[in-house]
Amino acid sequence: MRFWKQQHNSLASRPAPSAGEEHAKVCAQTPVELLTSTALIWVILTLTLAVAPHTNELPVWLAPAFFIVAAWRGVIAIWQQPLPPRWLLLVLALLAAAGVLVSYKTLLGRDPGVALLTAMTACKLLETRGLRDGVVLVFLGYLLVMSNLLYSQEIPMVAYLLAVVVLMLVSQMLIHRQHAGLTALAPLRLAGKMVLLAIPVMLVLFILFPRIPGPLWGLPKDAYKGRTGLSDEMEPGTISQLIQSDEVAFRVRFTGAMPSPKQLYWRGPVLWGFDGRRWTRRDELPSKTPFPFTPEGPALDYAVLLEPSNQRWLLALDLPASLPPRAGMTRSFQLLRERPVNEVYRYEVRSYLQYRTGELTSAERFLGLRLPSKSNPRARELVEEWRARDPRPESLVNAALALFREQSFHYTLTPPLLGFHSIDEFLFRTREGFCEHYASAFVFLMRAAGVPARVITGYQGGERNEMGEYLIVRQSDAHAWAEVWLEDRGWVRIDPTAAVSPDRIQQGIYAALADTGTLPFLARRDGHYAWLRQLALSWDVLNIRWNEWVLAYGPDRQKEFLSGLGFGTVDWRGMTIAMVAALSSLGVIFITLRWRSRRSRDPVVRAWQQFCHRLAQHGLARGLHEGPLDFTERVIAQRPELAKPVREIARLYTVLRYGPVHPSMAVRQLQRQVRRFRA
Amino acid sequence: MFTALRQRFEAWVTRGQRPARDPVRLERRRIYILPTRYGYAFAALLFVLFLWSINYSNSMGFAFTFLLVAIAHNSMWQAHDTLLGLIIHPADVEPAFVGQDARLCFRLENPGPEPRYGIALQWRDQPPSYVDVPPSGAAAATLTIPATQRGWLRPGRIRILTRFPLGLLQSWSWVEFESAALVYPQPRGQRPLPAALPNSSGGGLQEVGPGSEDYAGFRPYAPGDSPRRIAWKAAGRSEQLLVKRFTDQARSELWLDWVLLGDDPVEARLAQLCQWVLKAETESRRYGLQLPGVRIPPGQGDMHRRRCLEALALF
Repeated sequence: MRFWKQQHNSLASRPAPSAGEEHAKVCAQTPVELLTSTALIWVILTLTLAVAPHTNELPVWLAPAFFIVAAWRGVIAIWQQPLPPRWLLLVLALLAAAGVLVSYKTLLGRDPGVALLTAMTACKLLETRGLRDGVVLVFLGYLLVMSNLLYSQEIPMVAYLLAVVVLMLVSQMLIHRQHAGLTALAPLRLAGKMVLLAIPVMLVLFILFPRIPGPLWGLPKDAYKGRTGLSDEMEPGTISQLIQSDEVAFRVRFTGAMPSPKQLYWRGPVLWGFDGRRWTRRDELPSKTPFPFTPEGPALDYAVLLEPSNQRWLLALDLPASLPPRAGMTRSFQLLRERPVNEVYRYEVRSYLQYRTGELTSAERFLGLRLPSKSNPRARELVEEWRARDPRPESLVNAALALFREQSFHYTLTPPLLGFHSIDEFLFRTREGFCEHYASAFVFLMRAAGVPARVITGYQGGERNEMGEYLIVRQSDAHAWAEVWLEDRGWVRIDPTAAVSPDRIQQGIYAALADTGTLPFLARRDGHYAWLRQLALSWDVLNIRWNEWVLAYGPDRQKEFLSGLGFGTVDWRGMTIAMVAALSSLGVIFITLRWRSRRSRDPVVRAWQQFCHRLAQHGLARGLHEGPLDFTERVIAQRPELAKPVREIARLYTVLRYGPVHPSMAVRQLQRQVRRFRA
Repeated sequence: MFTALRQRFEAWVTRGQRPARDPVRLERRRIYILPTRYGYAFAALLFVLFLWSINYSNSMGFAFTFLLVAIAHNSMWQAHDTLLGLIIHPADVEPAFVGQDARLCFRLENPGPEPRYGIALQWRDQPPSYVDVPPSGAAAATLTIPATQRGWLRPGRIRILTRFPLGLLQSWSWVEFESAALVYPQPRGQRPLPAALPNSSGGGLQEVGPGSEDYAGFRPYAPGDSPRRIAWKAAGRSEQLLVKRFTDQARSELWLDWVLLGDDPVEARLAQLCQWVLKAETESRRYGLQLPGVRIPPGQGDMHRRRCLEALALF
């Protein structure tokens, strides 16, 4: 009994005149049950595995510090060294908290929170002695698992964390074992079994537990930082930087046929303001109804699975005509959600690819023509020339496109840097740029010429995944284009990039660039490693399923899914009833299975039980202390006429039960004998 | 007051149970289950995880929380199944002296095909002792109960409990057996052993026959003598093999008599007598015990000692 040692030591060290009284006093206290070193080492290993995925997000010093402390505690556990003194622990805890404070300048927020959790777990490790400390550590471990889910919910991470949870359960079992019978393998098997048995209940709760739309209170500012994607500003370099990432921006399933790539303009932020270099968004109030326009072609329905962007806008094809729940539309045809998209979000939209929009307000005309004064004089001169030739807006548009097409403009990911008169420098000197340069220059020229124009950022095209029949749009598909307002047609999309590089629009970014070496692997389309790309696409099919059915399963999706099952609209009451019903039926199934497995476990035991039962009905119940042979001897003593069958059954049973082999013939013989037996 | 309430509750729950003579099988209706304090803490943890999932709209956070809920629920079944069907055999008891611990050794039998881990027997508030019971096998669980009073020690209700697997829930049951441990008086007292009574044939030393206790010189070796009795050193000095000679102490037939202890209190007398019995036994003397109404003729050996101690315990 190791956990008594401490008390006895303290007793022995004290010169106790009344040892008896002292002993009674010590025993009256609840004894500290010490952890076994095996349990402690399991806890340390599991916690290390739970902290490991955080290594990149934590301050540089913290993860190594945690691993050192874990190793230190392991050494203490294995070689039975004394624990560090209290004052040292206090110093370490204060140092850790100060370190987090210095690293983040605050203790509030997601990242500092996770850092504090890690640091405090490390400190707790150094203090851990008894069973209660062990339980606290395991609970901290569960919190660490949860904190990992705030950073990634992708399949590999979830699988990894599930394994960590199994190990955590093993640790918990080992902590509570005050006996030596469990080897590490038995709890591992048990923990695996527990998780497997828990999965049906988990699924029912996951599907039917009424989801509450979060957040319940304000989230820390850094809750979702570190997401790549479009921003609501554009300056030279913004998009070409985004192109470097092959992260998925969103995936789309079309209800009908997929449109051709050159029609796929995914509308994102609409930028109105220009300061000579940077384009910015205008604050527009979204309305609860779609902003009207005249469709001139068939409607297109599709569902978008947007990856978390920490932005409010929802992407849709030009031009969207319907609104997802809890979203609005601005006069610039931009979809805005009530709160930022911080989970995988699925929404359905209808768009019309051919359209004609309505009138321009005076405010829009003013904003659509506004330019910083005194910038880019040469561009303005050029526009004056064009206007002198033909002042009609259509011909001005064509003149600008002709300029890009006919002069030696290059489409490149690595354009030279531009100075203050960025448009002039681009148009007349460098002539190398990416889509943001072309869109920006084009809109400038149009505004200078008196044609209302604006910049649209978003994505263009996407990769069709034949295996799953859907479209993958990556950050590398980010794009910027222009819209001009023409008197009789409303807003018209003009993509100046298409004039320079038609391939970009037809075949995607890979075909358009000469220097593809800088492109991320998944954005390439060359023949190299085609099989690897194929593999990546198969993996992506799995991911879209995961995103559609698991990660996007929030309050909206839950209602939609459950209402789609054919029971009409389901609210939280309906869900609760369904959940209770499902759990009860699971319980019935479980109990039935248990009962059946109890009954039909071993044919030999079953036959024997049947035999005993039959005798019990005739007043010859087997006592619990009686072995089979004692029992049969007693039966024979009382009912000598049954001696022969009873002896035979007992012999067969003992041979089958305790003998080395199990011939199935003998089993059948036993069953036959028992069947025939009449008391 | 809490303890009193709990005892009354226990008495109420077990009101139908008679102390058992035969092995007891734990049935469904006598197994109880409640969360431990770690179980309540775990529930609080689950609530925190749930709020966290809502706040971050974290789908996998929900899944993780629900998984832990299901596992906790599952562990309830396991705690219940660990006890269900377990057979407890009445204890083998060893007698003890007052002031020592009586040891009750129960045999726990597992008739099922799955091992049962972490089962403990607990007597009142003593720390429980844990055992594992292999499938279709048995294990012994020893309960130590402090012996405070001579006579039969009936342990009464014994708690059989388990916190397996996660320590979140404790399932338990009560069993009570008829078996009791005999507690001898505490051997205590300063009085020397009483003087040997003169024998009827006359007092003094009397060699009754060859014995094995008192050394009484050498004699030549005769076939049949135990080699252990050969005095090798003496044999080396003489011409022939010598064998040590012993005699039994016929002189030391003692009567440990109640009357000898004058007017000491009863328990003190019994304690003194008990001490005498042990002392006489270790000194290998023949002794008899005389109590009011009890007379045990002189004798020697384990059986005799036991008989005397029992008489003292049950006086």
